[in-house]
Amino acid sequence: MPQRRVSKTIKDINRRIKEGKAVVVTADEMTNIVKKKGPRKAAQEVDVVTTGTFAPMCSSGAFINFGHTKPATKAARVWLNGVPAYAGLAAVDGYIGATEPAEDDPLNRVHPGQFKYGGGHVIHDLVAGERVTLRATAYGTDCYPNKEFKKKVALDDLPYAVLLNPRNAYQNYNCAINLSKETIYTYMGVIKPNLGNANYSTSGQLSPLFNDPYYLTIGLGTRIFLGGAIGYVIGPGTQHNPNVKRRKNGIPLGPAGTLMVMGELKKMVPRWVAGVSMLGYGCSLAVGVGVPIPILNEEMASFTGVSDEEIHTQVVDYGNDYPKGEGTKLGQVSYAELKSGTIRFNGQDVPAVPLSSYIRALEIARILKGWIEKGDFLLSEPQELLPTASSYHKR
Amino acid sequence: MYSKMLSLRFPKKIVNEPVAVNLVKKFDLSFNILKATIYPRKEGFMVLELSGHRKNFQKGVRYLKGLGIKVESIGQDIKRDEETCFQCGACTAVCPTGALYIKRPDMEVIFDRDSCSACELCVSACPARAMKVRFDRSLLY
Repeated sequence: MPQRRVSKTIKDINRRIKEGKAVVVTADEMTNIVKKKGPRKAAQEVDVVTTGTFAPMCSSGAFINFGHTKPATKAARVWLNGVPAYAGLAAVDGYIGATEPAEDDPLNRVHPGQFKYGGGHVIHDLVAGERVTLRATAYGTDCYPNKEFKKKVALDDLPYAVLLNPRNAYQNYNCAINLSKETIYTYMGVIKPNLGNANYSTSGQLSPLFNDPYYLTIGLGTRIFLGGAIGYVIGPGTQHNPNVKRRKNGIPLGPAGTLMVMGELKKMVPRWVAGVSMLGYGCSLAVGVGVPIPILNEEMASFTGVSDEEIHTQVVDYGNDYPKGEGTKLGQVSYAELKSGTIRFNGQDVPAVPLSSYIRALEIARILKGWIEKGDFLLSEPQELLPTASSYHKR
Repeated sequence: MYSKMLSLRFPKKIVNEPVAVNLVKKFDLSFNILKATIYPRKEGFMVLELSGHRKNFQKGVRYLKGLGIKVESIGQDIKRDEETCFQCGACTAVCPTGALYIKRPDMEVIFDRDSCSACELCVSACPARAMKVRFDRSLLY
C-alpha cells in the first residue's frame, strides 16, 4: 500500500504537544533519522525539530525604561556603568547597544584594544542580578526640570526591560582567513598571518536557519528560545538577504537570512546572554537562540535532515580583501571539514577555529526539546513569514 | 630528570648578566626560553623551562635568587573560569602549545594545564575573558 503524503498543521502539532504525544527531536538527531528512514517516514514520525546557536551577535541590545524621578527628568544622555545608551526616545526610555564600549575605553589607541566592558556586559550584569550605575543628564524643561541624576539599579528595579536584537542567527557566514603577513584582530577573532588559521561562526546542522533555509515556517510571531527564556521572531533582521547563491538543497553559500528577535530581559538567564570582548575589535553579546521547526510535511523533514557535509561556506581573506570592501570568494569549504579541525586551502592544511559554541548550541536545542515535550512551550503560527528567495518558487 | 616552568623577574641592574648560560655551565641544566622582554623601566621578565637533575635544579634556582632575581613557578599560572567560558574555541587560534584544544566530535574545548606555557596569549584572545592569570605565590624551593 503506498504511503500517504504527510500534511500537518501547527494546530495539529500543538494538540499533540498538549496530549504529551508530540515527537520532538534535535536537529542533529533529525539528520540521522532522515538519512536512515527518508523524508516521508521522518515526516510521519517527527513533529518538531529543535535548533540552537550560541555565538557573539553584535546587532543586539535592550530597551529599558527606568521610571520617573523626583523631580522629573527628560534624560538626554544616559550611561549604564559608564557605557552610553541611546536616549533619543521618550523622557526615561533608552536603548543599550551590545557593541557600545564604556565611554572611557582606550579603544584601539594601543592596538589591539582590550574592550573589556561594553553594552553586552551591561546586559549580562543586569540579567545576572547585579546592580549597575545609571546616570542621566538633561537640559531641563518646564515639565521635567531636573538636569542630572545618578542611582544604582538592578533589573528588578526597572519598570520595563526588553532584549530586542535587530539581527541575530545569521544564516551562514564567511570562513575568515588571513593572507597578509601580520596577525589581524577582527570580529571573526584573532587570525594569524600567512594562512595561520581559518575562523568560522555557525552551529552548522544545528543552526536555526539552515533547518528552514527558505523560511517556510519562520516569521513575525514565531515563538523561540531566546537568552534562556521565551522570545519571539519579530521579522527579518537587518541585512536579511534571501536572494544569495544557493546550493540545490537550498542552503545559501554566503550570508543570507537573519532574524530580528525580542524577549523579556527579566526572564532571561545569564548563561545565555554573555558579554563578549573581541580583542582589537570591540564589545559584543553572545546570545543563545533556538527555533523550533514544525515538520508540516515531507519538504520540511527533508530540509531539517541537512547535515554538516551539505552545508558550505565561502572562504574570504580578511587580511587584504575584506578591509578594502572586497569580499572576494577564494573557495568553498563544508562545515564538516571546518568541524574536523583542519581545512585544506591552496595545498596547505589550515587549523579551523570556531567562534560559535557547538556544545552550547546543542544544549539549547535540548532545552527547547525538553520544554516542548513537557508541554511548557507551544508552537506559534507566524503572522507573516520572512521574505523568501525568488528562486524558491522556481524549484 | 626534573623540569619546571619558571618566571624570572630581573631587577634593572642585572639585565646584562648572562644567567641562562651560567645555568648550563655551572649547574648542568638545560633551558628553553618561551618569553623574554625588557620593560620600559629596564626590568626584565623571562619565562623559561628549566630541566636537569633535581639537586642541580635547586642549586640553579638558588643561584638565580642570589643574584636578586625573583623566581616563581608558573605551573599553575593560567586558570580557566569554567562558569565564564562558553566553549566557543576562539582561544585555540592563539595557543602555541596546544594546551587549549577541541575534543572532537563533541566539540568540547579542553584546557590541559600541564601543557600550558603561561604565555598568556589566550587571556585577551578569549571573547568571554574566561582565562585568568593567577600568580602562585608559594615558591617551591
